[in-house]
Amino acid sequence: MKRALATAVFFAALIAAWHLASTSGRWSAVLLPSPHDVLDYLIGAGGDGTLAAATLVTLKRLLVGYAVGVAIGIPLGLLTSTSRFFEDTVGALALGLQTLPSVCWIPLALLWFGQSEGAMLFVVIMGAVGSVLIATDTGARSIPPIYARVARTMGSEGFDKWTRVILPASLPFLVSGLKQGWAFAWRSLMAAEIYVTILSGFGLGHLLHYGRELSAMDQVIGIMLVIVAIGLLADKVLFSPWERFMHRRWGTGLK
Amino acid sequence: MGNSNSTPSPAAKLAVENVSKHFRTKRADVQALADVSLTVGEGEFVALVGPSGCGKSTLLDIMAGLTAPDAGRVMADDRPVEGPGRHRLVMFQESALFPWLDVAGNVMFGLKRIPGLSAAERRRIADEHLDLVGLSRFRHAYAHELSGGMKQRAALARSLAPDPRVLLMDEPFAALDALTAEQLYADIQRIWQARRKTIIIVTHSAREAATLADRVIVMSPSPGRIHEQFTIDLPRPRDINAPELAVIAQRITTTLKGYLPKDAAS
Repeated sequence: MKRALATAVFFAALIAAWHLASTSGRWSAVLLPSPHDVLDYLIGAGGDGTLAAATLVTLKRLLVGYAVGVAIGIPLGLLTSTSRFFEDTVGALALGLQTLPSVCWIPLALLWFGQSEGAMLFVVIMGAVGSVLIATDTGARSIPPIYARVARTMGSEGFDKWTRVILPASLPFLVSGLKQGWAFAWRSLMAAEIYVTILSGFGLGHLLHYGRELSAMDQVIGIMLVIVAIGLLADKVLFSPWERFMHRRWGTGLK
Repeated sequence: MGNSNSTPSPAAKLAVENVSKHFRTKRADVQALADVSLTVGEGEFVALVGPSGCGKSTLLDIMAGLTAPDAGRVMADDRPVEGPGRHRLVMFQESALFPWLDVAGNVMFGLKRIPGLSAAERRRIADEHLDLVGLSRFRHAYAHELSGGMKQRAALARSLAPDPRVLLMDEPFAALDALTAEQLYADIQRIWQARRKTIIIVTHSAREAATLADRVIVMSPSPGRIHEQFTIDLPRPRDINAPELAVIAQRITTTLKGYLPKDAAS
């Protein structure tokens, strides 16, 4: 309760400071709209469906691209953790590509896929695969060897061992890797949507882009707030249940 | 009782035949086991004791099929052991319970590998074994919620549930406090008398070996060899603090001390 209060007071103070700054007359309202203007924009865009439509387009790209990224990243990570050949080839490639900011994929994606959904998905997938792969690899390597020995003595080998021992045992690493993959996918998609105009759907990134084109700062800040809210919500909906599951069973993170 | 094979061995369940094993490290080539032969009878309770480095754990691993010998072989029911299998289950010093499963889930883990068992049968077998080790009330607990002794009980139930023919135990009580270990000695003897499994336990404690086993095999180090055997024919259940047991443990300890470097033995 006390903590919630501290949070509320902090953000109220922040908004109050913003309000004071915008009404001081020091900065033009075009550059610094008041909190009230931003709220007006959000209510308007929310009411006429613009916001919902853009959010839907963006989330669809994100979820599809992320799901594909995870589906590629987890099996590849398991492979690189067990096979020296895959570690030296695919693993090295993933490590190298991890250093490449995912925005750098956009020019390539545009030339390969044109102004299409394909380009968007490609950028999101490339953003997610690397970190999911590396987290899975690290997770599988960090499993106490005794678990694998116990599994072997009980006749669990091959696919059964991977699905019933190695994957659940690497859950603590996997969850943080999936979270990181999500964050990367989200950043890549926003970069792609701001950078690339495609006709198959206007996402949140496009609204942000057009806000700038039209010098509509209330829209720019409003959309930024929506993007933050979606990020927080995804964390709560997608990852918190897994983290609770893990802490309960491993006995970690207890206060 | 005595240091001979006076009691006729029942049909050999597990036969170790001329097994040798080397470990090559950067610094040295260690011969862990040199030409070790040993037979363990049906339903026999055997303890392997020896100072550290005598290869007793390596021998257990080879019997389990977790490690392949350089020479020789292990026969289980007259068939060569080529890998681990659910007829020879191993219990380790750490319980190694899977943290993502509750106690019942851990006990059922091995049962899933047995073809033809329905989910209801798996649950029934798990319940029966949790009852056997006295953990029925904790079937839904997770490993981190159990004490050290309870963890080893759960690990024991997990090893017994798939009904192995041989139970291999690698210093299973070494990490427990004395009082907890004593309770488990009583439990193991009770379970062994009820189930008549063939049990082979590795330990560094002469008293523990004499309390639990029918036969204590003393191994000597570098290279690991079987040095001497003691048959223990005291009535069961045995108490680790019984004076007649202390006499035997003393003799085993004297044999063990013979392997220590001369100046350390004094």
